[in-house]
Amino acid sequence: MHATDALAEADRQMTICNACRYCEGLCAVFPAMEKHRTFADGDLNYLANLCHSCGACYQDCQFSTPHEFAVDVPRTLAKVRNDSYKTYAWPGFLAGLFDRNGLAISIVAALGVAAFILGFIAFNDADQLFAVHQGEGAFYRLMPHNAMIILFGAAFAYAILALCMGCRAFWRDSNAVNAVIGDGRVSIWQAMKDASTLRYLDGGGVGCINEDERPTDNRRLYHHLTFYGFLLCFGATSMGTIYHYVFGWQAPYPWWDIPPMLGKVGGVGLVIGTVGLLAAKWRRDPALVDESKRGMDTAFLVMLFLTAATGLALHGLRSTPAMGMMLAIHLGVVFSLFLTMPYGKFVHGIYRFAALTRYAMSNRHGFAKPGASSSDS
Amino acid sequence: MSKNSVSPATRLPSGWDERYDVLVVGGGNAALCAAITARNAGSKVLVLEGAPKFYRGGNTRHTRNLRCAHDEANEVLTGPYSEDEFWDDLMRVTGGQTNEELARHTISESRELWDWMNEQGVRFQPPLGGTLSLGRTNAFFLGGGRAMLNALYLRAEKLGVDIVYDAMVTDLEIEDGHFNSATVEVDGTSHTIRAATLVTAAGGFEANIDWLKEYWGERAGNFLIRGTPYNKGSILRLLLDRGVEPVGDPTQCHAVAIDARSPQFDGGIVTRLDCVIFGVVVNNECVRFYDEGEDFWPKRYAIWGRLVADQPDQTAYIIIDSKAISLVMPSVYPAIEAGSIGELAGKLGLSAERLEATVADYNASVQPGDFDPNTLDDCHTEGLEPPKTHWARTIDEPPFYGYPVRPGITFTYLGTRVDKQARILMTDGKPSANMYAAGEIMAGNVLGKGYIAGIGMTIGAVFGRIAGREAAKHARN
Ligand SMILES: Cc1cc2nc3c(=O)[nH]c(=O)nc-3n(C[C@H](O)[C@H](O)[C@H](O)COP(=O)(O)OP(=O)(O)OC[C@H]3O[C@@H](n4cnc5c(N)ncnc54)[C@H](O)[C@@H]3O)c2cc1C
Ligand code: SF4
Ligand code: SF4
Repeated sequence: MHATDALAEADRQMTICNACRYCEGLCAVFPAMEKHRTFADGDLNYLANLCHSCGACYQDCQFSTPHEFAVDVPRTLAKVRNDSYKTYAWPGFLAGLFDRNGLAISIVAALGVAAFILGFIAFNDADQLFAVHQGEGAFYRLMPHNAMIILFGAAFAYAILALCMGCRAFWRDSNAVNAVIGDGRVSIWQAMKDASTLRYLDGGGVGCINEDERPTDNRRLYHHLTFYGFLLCFGATSMGTIYHYVFGWQAPYPWWDIPPMLGKVGGVGLVIGTVGLLAAKWRRDPALVDESKRGMDTAFLVMLFLTAATGLALHGLRSTPAMGMMLAIHLGVVFSLFLTMPYGKFVHGIYRFAALTRYAMSNRHGFAKPGASSSDS
Repeated sequence: MSKNSVSPATRLPSGWDERYDVLVVGGGNAALCAAITARNAGSKVLVLEGAPKFYRGGNTRHTRNLRCAHDEANEVLTGPYSEDEFWDDLMRVTGGQTNEELARHTISESRELWDWMNEQGVRFQPPLGGTLSLGRTNAFFLGGGRAMLNALYLRAEKLGVDIVYDAMVTDLEIEDGHFNSATVEVDGTSHTIRAATLVTAAGGFEANIDWLKEYWGERAGNFLIRGTPYNKGSILRLLLDRGVEPVGDPTQCHAVAIDARSPQFDGGIVTRLDCVIFGVVVNNECVRFYDEGEDFWPKRYAIWGRLVADQPDQTAYIIIDSKAISLVMPSVYPAIEAGSIGELAGKLGLSAERLEATVADYNASVQPGDFDPNTLDDCHTEGLEPPKTHWARTIDEPPFYGYPVRPGITFTYLGTRVDKQARILMTDGKPSANMYAAGEIMAGNVLGKGYIAGIGMTIGAVFGRIAGREAAKHARN
C-alpha cells in the first residue's frame, strides 16, 4: 500500500497518534494529522515535512519504546522526510545523490575548489595567484567579473529551477488527497512567520528535546544563527551585485561598507550556528535521529560552515599573498554549495515552508476532524 | 536507551542508610506532589518507584487532564466551574457514595492545583477546537500525562529529592500503627530504609489479576488492564494486613469497554472506542443487552466495562454501518469491515444467521426521527428489548463495521481510609502516627463508585500535597 517501509511505519504510528491525540498542542503535525482518517503517501510526506524534529512528542509519549507500540514520531518522520527529498528530486535521475550525500558533496566541493584554482591559473598564471592584489577590482584581476557572473548565475539558476520543480512535485502530492482551497496569500504570510520564528521547534513552549528529557532552546538558537547568517551572507552578495551593476563600484569594498559588514555578521552567525548545530547533532539522543541519513545533515552543515569560514578568512587575508588562494577556495565552496543545494539537506527549508503554507491553508479552510469527540480517561 | 541521558537511578543514593524525613512509595502524580511539597518544607525526601525509569509514574503516564474548580476563565479553562457544581457532578456519578467531608475538601483544594502545577513547570494546553468539550471543567496537560510527569520529576530532581527507579517496596515494618522502616528490592538485593514518615502513593491493585479474581471470579482473567502493569496493590495489601482500615467496595472500579485486541496491560487511552451510541452492541450469542443510546458516550462510557464483564467470555461486539464510521474517533485497531451483516458475523466469529436476525429486528423497530449526534435526539426504537432510546438509525448501508470489545480496567477503588490530613486510619479508628496515603490508593474515600473525568488526578494532587505537607510537619517535630 505504501511505497516504502518507512511510510508504512509512519502510517502505523500516525494511526496510534490519531487515536491518542495527547500531543495535539505541541506542534502543527498533530492537528494536521487529526484531519485525516487514513494516510496516503503524500499525506505522510506532508506531515513529515511539518515536523521540526523538536523531540517533544517522543519524550512525552507513553508509548515510546520499550512499550510494545514503539511510537517514535520524530525519528519516523525524520526518515520519511529524508526519503521525501529523494522522492521529489528533480531531475529524477539525480535523486540517488541524496543517498550518498556526504560523499557526493565532498567530491563536488573538492572539484569545485580545484576548478577555481585551476581557473585562476588559466586566466592568469600561477604567480598571480600568490601575488598581493589590492584596491578596487582586486578580485577581478584574478578572475574577470563576467566569468564569475556566468558561472555563478548558471549554478544559481539551475539550483532555483531544480528546487522549484521538487517543490512543485511535493506540493501536488501533498495536495492530491485533500485538495485545499484557501487564501494563498494570507497562508504564505502565515507560513513565513511560522518558518522565520521556527514556531514549532519549541516543544510546545519549553524548548527542544535533544540529549535527554531536559528541554533547551539551543537548537532553535543555533538554527536561527545559521538561517539568518545565511540570509545576511546572501544579502551581502546581492548588495555587491547592486553596487557593481547599479553604481559601478567594484569589490572588494572597505570593511565598513554594507556588503562586507553584512557578510561579516552573517558569516560569524553561520560559523557559530553551524558549529552549534553540529555539536547538538553529536549529542542528540540516537532515538530521535534517522541514522541512515545522518551524513546528509552533516554534509550540509559542513558546507555552510566552510562557506562562512572561507568567506571570513578571505576577508581577513585579502591584503596578503594568501588572498588569491582564499578567493579560489571560497568561490569553489560557494559554487559547490549552489550546485548541491537541490540534492542535500538545504531542501528541508523549502519543503517545510511549503508544508507550513499548506497547513495554514487547511486551517483557514477548516477541515472537519474525523470524530471530534472528547477524549478523556 | 539514550547514550547521554542521565544514568537512570536504579541504585540507592549514597547516604541512603541515614534516616529520611519522608519516604514516598510510588512514583506517579500523588507521589511526586507529596515529594515536592515535603522537600519544599525542608524535608529530606526519598522516592521509591517500583517501575523502571521509562515506566515511572504508573497510570499517571496515561492521563490527559485534571479537574479543578475555578471562579473565572483562564488561559486553559473556560469558566467558571464552581465548587458547588463540581460537588453536584460528583454526587451524580457516585450516587452519594462518598465521604462528604473529604470530597468537599478535595474540591475546595482543587482550586489551587492549576497555579501550583504551573509553578512546578507543568504546562497546560489552551482549549483547541473540537476535542475539548471538557475545556471548562478540566485542564489538559500539554503533551499528556507523561509530559506532566516529566515536569514534576525535573522539579523534584532540581529540588534535591532522591529518586530511585526499579525499586519495589516489598515490606513495611509497622508497629501499633507506627511506621518504622520499609524493605525495598534494588538491583536484586533487599535494603531497609528508615524514615520518620511514610507516604504511600503506590496506586491501586488493578494490575493484580489474581486479586481481581477474588472478587470477580475467573472471568477477571479476561479483563484488560488499561494502565501500568506495576500497580499490583502490594503496598495496599501490606497496609490492610497490618491493621489499616479499608475503604471502598472491592468490586468497584473504573471499567470501560475497550478494543478486545488491546494488549493485556498498558494499552492506555488509544484502545477506547466511542462508537457504541451509533450502533448496536451484541454479545457472542448475538444478543443485545443494554440500551446503547442511553446517554452521551463520555457520560455512559464507564458503565460498559461492567456490562461486558457480565457477558459470556467477557466479550461483546459493536456493530455500525458506513453512516456512522466518520462520526467516531479514529481507532487504533482498524474496524473489521464487511459487505454484508452475514459476512461481518463470519469475520467476527459470530453466527451469521443470529446476527442478521438481531440487526433485522433492530432495524424494524427504528422509528423515523431527526438524527443529531450532539443532542439526545429523538431517534429511538419501539417494541425492542432492550430499547435504544437515542441515535437509533437503521444499520443497512454497507460496508458494515465491527469492533470486538472487552472490559478495560482503569483503576480500583478499594483503598486505605484516610482523614483530612491524609493520615491513614487504623481499624481502631485512630489515625496512624506517621503514615499518609495519597492518590489511587485512597481514592475510594472520595469515589465510592462511578467516575468523573479528571478526578483521579485531582484526588492524587490534592492529597499528595496534603500528605507531603503533613509528613514534613510531623518529621520536623
Ligand atoms: C488510560 C488511562 C487514562 C486516564 N486518564 C485520566 C485523566 O485524563 N485524568 C485523570 O484524572 N485520571 C485519569 N486516569 C486515572 C489516573 O491515571 C489515576 O487516577 C492516577 O494516575 C492515580 O495517580 P497515583 O499517583 O495515585 O497512581 P499512579 O500514577 O498509578 O502511580 C502509582 C505508582 O506506584 C508505583 N508502585 C506500585 N507498587 C509499588 C511498590 N510496591 N513499590 C514502589 N512503587 C510501587 C507504580 O510503579 C506507580 O509509579 C486515567 C487512567 C488510565 C489507565
Ligand atoms: S506521540 Fe504518543 S502521546 Fe503523542 S499523540 Fe502520538 S501516541 Fe499520543
Ligand atoms: S515538531 Fe516536535 S512535537 Fe512535532 S512531531 Fe516533530 S518532534 Fe514531535
